[in-house]
Amino acid sequence: MKALCYNGVGDLRTERVPDPTIINPKDAILRVILSSVCGSDLHLLNGYVPTMREGDIIGHEFMGEVVEIGSEVKNLKKGDRVVVCSILGCGECQYCQSTQFSLCDNSNPHAWIPEKAYGDSPAGIFGYSHAFGGYAGSHADYIRVPYADRGCFVIPEGLPDEAAVFASDALPTGFMAADLADIQPGDVVAIWGCGGVGQMAIQSAFLLGASRVIAIDREPDRLRMAKDISGAEVLDFSKVDIQEALREMTGGRGPDRCIDCVGMEAVSEGLDYYYDKTKQFVRLESDRPIVLREAILACRKGGTVSIIGVYGGLVDSIPMGAAMNKALTFRMGQQHGQRYIPRLLEHLQKGELNSGFLLTHKMSLDEGMTGYDLFNKKETMRVVFAP
Amino acid sequence: MANKKQPVSSVLGMGQVEPDTSGSSQINVGNTERIWSVAGGALLATYGLRRGSFSGLVLATLGGFMVYRGASGYCPMNQAVGRNTAEPTAEDKSMDSIEIAKSLTINKPRKEVYAYWRQLENLPRFMFHLSEVRQLDNKRSHWVAKLSDSLLAKTLGTVEWDAEILEEVKNERLVWKSVADARIDNAGEVRFVDAPNGQGTEVHAVIKYRPPAGQLGGAIMKLFNPAFEQMIKQDLRRFKQLLETGEITTIEGQPSGRKSEQQSGKKPVSEHAKVDEKHESAML
Ligand SMILES: NC(=O)c1ccc[n+]([C@@H]2O[C@H](COP(=O)([O-])OP(=O)(O)OC[C@H]3O[C@@H](n4cnc5c(N)ncnc54)[C@H](O)[C@@H]3O)[C@@H](O)[C@H]2O)c1
Ligand SMILES: [Zn+2]
Ligand SMILES: [Zn+2]
Repeated sequence: MKALCYNGVGDLRTERVPDPTIINPKDAILRVILSSVCGSDLHLLNGYVPTMREGDIIGHEFMGEVVEIGSEVKNLKKGDRVVVCSILGCGECQYCQSTQFSLCDNSNPHAWIPEKAYGDSPAGIFGYSHAFGGYAGSHADYIRVPYADRGCFVIPEGLPDEAAVFASDALPTGFMAADLADIQPGDVVAIWGCGGVGQMAIQSAFLLGASRVIAIDREPDRLRMAKDISGAEVLDFSKVDIQEALREMTGGRGPDRCIDCVGMEAVSEGLDYYYDKTKQFVRLESDRPIVLREAILACRKGGTVSIIGVYGGLVDSIPMGAAMNKALTFRMGQQHGQRYIPRLLEHLQKGELNSGFLLTHKMSLDEGMTGYDLFNKKETMRVVFAP
Repeated sequence: MANKKQPVSSVLGMGQVEPDTSGSSQINVGNTERIWSVAGGALLATYGLRRGSFSGLVLATLGGFMVYRGASGYCPMNQAVGRNTAEPTAEDKSMDSIEIAKSLTINKPRKEVYAYWRQLENLPRFMFHLSEVRQLDNKRSHWVAKLSDSLLAKTLGTVEWDAEILEEVKNERLVWKSVADARIDNAGEVRFVDAPNGQGTEVHAVIKYRPPAGQLGGAIMKLFNPAFEQMIKQDLRRFKQLLETGEITTIEGQPSGRKSEQQSGKKPVSEHAKVDEKHESAML
């Protein structure tokens, strides 16, 4: 089959690789129909995730058709049209049973790698480096899905592929960001980052009762979508002082809930960007926590900071004094998609959430590198490959 | 000992049992074997270190082991460490064994977890470095280590030993020791404890082994002990996977763009060998 393979930092190639086969009884094989790029892939491509190997197939946000099932798969059959959670959960460990699927004890065959850095291992993720299991990703004609009964969700009839594919990753991630923020009816919510995850977080925040959502980015197209489609008030961080703007827009209080949908590759117009970039370059710091710092400073006293943008290693100069003395609550984690996907598919079907607009470019696998270049330059919201 | 830290087993109140001082922790290497041991060991050690991966580390360890075994048989090093080739000295006996202590919580009832483990024939299903465990009678069992790497297998032949259960409290604990003349004297204890809040069963494993040939062997083993610790932890993880999900999590046999894996159509020898060659310790 064809697959988009990592060959080094900034180097992706479409190659011929063997077809996947059932390895374990709970596996299924899917024919991939749509497979999207995600901001997380940029961390791999830009060299911030250290355990990639040449030849790894990338991609983790996808939907497709079940073409083969293992002997222990009970809830799926050939021909089912399904969307698959980007993070693997076994369904049986204590974490999965308490719906914290991204903390699954069993789904990372290389658990001993992150254990060294993190003290314990999080779940495996499709196409996302060997530290996260080394699973072959979805930018391919076919993909093997372990624990298929847990990870695959049948897409309701009438819901188009183009909307359903984002129920794999961007939507449950954005929704979880809003859920973690513990939004109370009437709350004012600030959201950094208007990529796919940020857009879904904006809509989810409204669904969970926010009265206002203020979204922050600097990409004009993304800000426009945040405003026109997702319904947020928007701030361009290249033009305004975010701290000042947020405080004044909230009567001096600051937003009740602050959500980081950017993560370790944040950029800024200020000196802090060069400070972090330099430290990152010499490996004194692995992540640029620009947004995290901003969120902590902006958040109202007693408020919540929800972090869904990914951090991988060490960060520097976190204003802990502000967090402590303002009695902030921190919530964070990789998405527990299996917890949210069924309900999100319903919201999509009822039109209470809108995800299809995230697909701004559809391409073939052969155009993989072109697609990622476009995405890295933020000239597209999400490129989706149709193998 | 140089290591001032209290062993984990004492924190847990486990691991009273000590391995014998017999087998290869005594000098019992014949002349020809000795020469082979040095040559093969040196080869393995360089090969292993060059690979720089976890599996490489294991190879290097075994290699280092063998060089030492071979060398110590006919060089005056014995004198230096004050030992006598026939009988273990008091110093050897009093020397600390090396300990590995690993725990894991399994989301299954204690009875079930214990029963699976106590059926010793099950162990190689998740302990990938074992090829066979045979129960000889209720207390005694025969263990065969798997040397999946062909080079290693050729050089070392098989490593086998007998073990004896010294203490058994059903659903609670097992204490065992290798019987005299094991290649690597070892002893251990596994405890099964209810985890709080119905989270299943805590499995606490303490394994002790006697470094071959006294203090120098000890120093070599100390160096490589982290690799063994990791191996034991992965064993426990697979045990957990089998009990909780009924299968062992793996990516072995999945497609990639790596030509080497495609052409031979051959799967890497083991999960450890498969895993990233360069990066495994590069996580921040
Ligand atoms: N936790 C999870 O399970 C999970 C799942 C998917 C994605 N993610 C993470 O969520 C984050 C966003 O994903 P995405 O796909 O939307 O990425 P994306 O790259 O499409 O979007 C990120 C956006 O952040 C903006 N940005 C950069 N610096 C900023 C700043 N200082 N202030 C405000 N905005 C800033 C960029 O302009 C861009 O529009 C990434 O870190 C990704 O890894 C997490
Ligand atoms: Zn993603
Ligand atoms: Zn699990």
